[in-house]
Amino acid sequence: MKHVGKGYKKIDSAMILSGRAVYTEDLVPAHALVIKVLRSPHAFARIVTIDTAAAMRVPGVVAIYTYKDVPQRRFTLAGQSYPEPSAYDKLLLEPLVRYVGDEVAFVVAESEKAAKQAMWLIKVTYEVLDPVLDIHTALDHPSVVHPEEDLHYNFPVGGDPKRNLACSYNHVVGDVEGELAKCDYVVEETYFDQAASQTAMETFRTFCTIDQFGRLVCTSSTQIPFHVRRHIAHALDIPASKVRVIKPRIGGGFGSKQTACTELICAFVTWTLKKPAVLILDRKEAMNCSTSRHAREWKVRLGATKDGIIQVIDMVAISDAGAYGTHAFTTFTAGEHKSVPLYNKGKAVRYSSNIVYTNHMPGGAFRGYGATEALWPLECAVTKLAKKMGIDEIELREKNLINVGETSLVYAPDEVLESGNLKEAIAKVKTMARWDERPKSWQIDEHHRGGLGIALAFQGSGIANIDNATVEIRLNDEGNYILYTGSTDMGTGSNTVLLQMACEVLGCPMEAMSCYEADTDVVPFDPGSYASSTTYVTGTAAKLAAEELRQKIMQQFATLLETDTANIDFDGLTARTLDDGRTMTTKEMTAKLSVGPTYGQLSATATFGSHTSPPPFMASIAEVSVDTQTGQVVPIEFYSVVDCGTIVNPTLAKVQAEGGIVQGIGMALYEEVRYSQAGQLETNNFMLYKIPDRTDTGKVTVDFVESYEPTGAFGVKSIGEVVINTSCPAIQGAILNACGAEPTELPMIPEVVFEAMHK
Amino acid sequence: MEVTLTINDKKINIDIAQDEALLTTLRNLGYYSVRCGCETTNCGLCTVWLDGKTILSCAYPTFRAVGHSITTLEGLADEAAYLGECLASEGADQCGYCTTGMMMSAMALKREKENPTDEDIKAFLKGNLCRCTGYESQLRGIRKYLRGDEV
Repeated sequence: MKHVGKGYKKIDSAMILSGRAVYTEDLVPAHALVIKVLRSPHAFARIVTIDTAAAMRVPGVVAIYTYKDVPQRRFTLAGQSYPEPSAYDKLLLEPLVRYVGDEVAFVVAESEKAAKQAMWLIKVTYEVLDPVLDIHTALDHPSVVHPEEDLHYNFPVGGDPKRNLACSYNHVVGDVEGELAKCDYVVEETYFDQAASQTAMETFRTFCTIDQFGRLVCTSSTQIPFHVRRHIAHALDIPASKVRVIKPRIGGGFGSKQTACTELICAFVTWTLKKPAVLILDRKEAMNCSTSRHAREWKVRLGATKDGIIQVIDMVAISDAGAYGTHAFTTFTAGEHKSVPLYNKGKAVRYSSNIVYTNHMPGGAFRGYGATEALWPLECAVTKLAKKMGIDEIELREKNLINVGETSLVYAPDEVLESGNLKEAIAKVKTMARWDERPKSWQIDEHHRGGLGIALAFQGSGIANIDNATVEIRLNDEGNYILYTGSTDMGTGSNTVLLQMACEVLGCPMEAMSCYEADTDVVPFDPGSYASSTTYVTGTAAKLAAEELRQKIMQQFATLLETDTANIDFDGLTARTLDDGRTMTTKEMTAKLSVGPTYGQLSATATFGSHTSPPPFMASIAEVSVDTQTGQVVPIEFYSVVDCGTIVNPTLAKVQAEGGIVQGIGMALYEEVRYSQAGQLETNNFMLYKIPDRTDTGKVTVDFVESYEPTGAFGVKSIGEVVINTSCPAIQGAILNACGAEPTELPMIPEVVFEAMHK
Repeated sequence: MEVTLTINDKKINIDIAQDEALLTTLRNLGYYSVRCGCETTNCGLCTVWLDGKTILSCAYPTFRAVGHSITTLEGLADEAAYLGECLASEGADQCGYCTTGMMMSAMALKREKENPTDEDIKAFLKGNLCRCTGYESQLRGIRKYLRGDEV
């Protein structure tokens, strides 16, 4: 192929690496009003009085808004296609504050300094309430986090807010207890994962202006421009026709910007004052007042018969929704489909959780979206089971692994695994790590032991039967192309990948096509970039649009060259008649199309949505060193093999894998989330929340096996999320092999490992 | 207060607040390669040079830069463009938000140490955090830059 499979540089590289004004903050109009948010110091409290008089007297202060000033329509900030499965449980401001950092007032001023000064002068008296801070006692706690009557679900998700139950899921297939009783080996363990922070290097930020038609224009660092438009229109009760959302270059997302943290506040201020305004969260706010991964406690039981078949997978969790139910239901349910089907030979499965409201920061979307959380306990438990059975942990996995063409107890009735080179990936990673040639556990020096650990992972590619993306490609009047997409390149290079796929079909060089993305006034609908959807869903739409446009161009050439399409060879820029070698370029053609009543512009629009969400697959082996005196774990090397179907851009795919692995290593070993007893998130900056630096990661070695996914353009699947899923369980397995310790909570910091060593 | 600063070899008179950080001053002047990522001097996004040595401009008062030479990525255009190409050829730019600060450190490393090893590179750039790349591709790109590879 000409473009698919080539490791092109990202098309935006030169601009983002030269300090040009391309990110949201660089584009804020001069004299935009500055918004600062006064936030709750209490985990749970009722505002009794709020006095803004003194604050309003600060020179430069333009407005201060409290709960008395905002629209009373509940909404969700979750970026999901309507009807969202997340509860409409939030107002812009309300007298009840539900976590430390919840919004109390919006201060609008001519300068940041004035806004900050005014914040100090707002006098708020609170009735402090007993907060719900423990997931074990949240259900039927005397304090009800959401007592309001107007909380709304679009459809039932097993919620009962009066009991602090945000939602629940309980999927049982087969007789779990009966089958467990028949098993020769049963392991049982409790695992914890935490409310880890995405920490995109660019924090949340939005500016809004009013355009020449009096419409609201919202420019924001977001993954979900169309969902943001819908949320703004709903929450502010204004017609969607009055709202435009634009995403410039953004400094990372990792799911955090699949939730509209700043957009609605900024839109409210600009719409109310009819003046440009900007809201930028500082790092502390970004970590303290946004959304995180959902913290969960998992009780896992696995049962196997002595023939080595895993007969039962039983995973029961309690999940912390936090103060609002953003992505609370779907992160849990998504985890099932991306973990349990790995091992499909058994007879019974239970996958269940109460997802409870608490007075913590809300959970939300974070790369992996539930799969990371579910694969952590499942893969740890499979290793534990292998140890108990006395067989190699890879052998046990291979014996139970799903094959192409097979189904799973948790798949839909007609669903099968349609592609995947799972066994080849495992074989390759074993070779890379020399699994069969060396011990899994060894002494390094007097106080250090080495170990190897394995983990496997699935993910999806888009959301089956929900996501659909539309792409338009136009042939412009100068003979060049432009591709319009509502997907949002977060830095991954997805714009580049879409052009590679479209140019492959049209045959033109990459330079002949440009990309315009993520402007709700201009581009066709796309849910945005999340759920590992862009290459598979939007990319397939791009291929279909390119095919249709190519057909239209060929027909037009045939007319102008007075021949038929079978007699034309077209390379994307020049058509040549096969019989007599006459040529015409797209530039010559569009010059004709742009004049007179006969012709017009050529363009094509295509939509793709899938009945399935094909899983990419990853097999990883972690090699670590454990200090047996302190419990400190040092990653030495992380070996991974990924099957993401056909690879469109090997350079960018490799970086996705390396970046995801290291983000996972952060979750595994460094990134501790700690709340104070009063419910204050203490680990809310980069001093206390330790994301890996380049000396913390060990070596990361990535390779691929290709498969061909029949439902995706050119055989593609996704890669963005699967790559974060193996780090935690592979490292846990390596620690177990190294020193016999079995840490069950994240991150596996020295005290956790030390305690596990001495359990 | 009115001060004279030397930025990328150009002298400029400006009015600054007494407590203004150099990061704020530079961004106000349109040097958008300099960014804020953390406010706690942990991330390295705001890295610039003062008399050729890297500093974190978020924690450096502007008035202290008077009489010194300030260099941003914009002032190293050709070399920065080449380093950028080296990084982009490995996909190491990703979102790009942290990259310009890291590039200032990488270009300082080239001046401070001859033939640095991978471990030298990692140690020198330890303070430049990145959440996208996992650092491996950055290392590959920086190796190319230090060797002067054609990209």
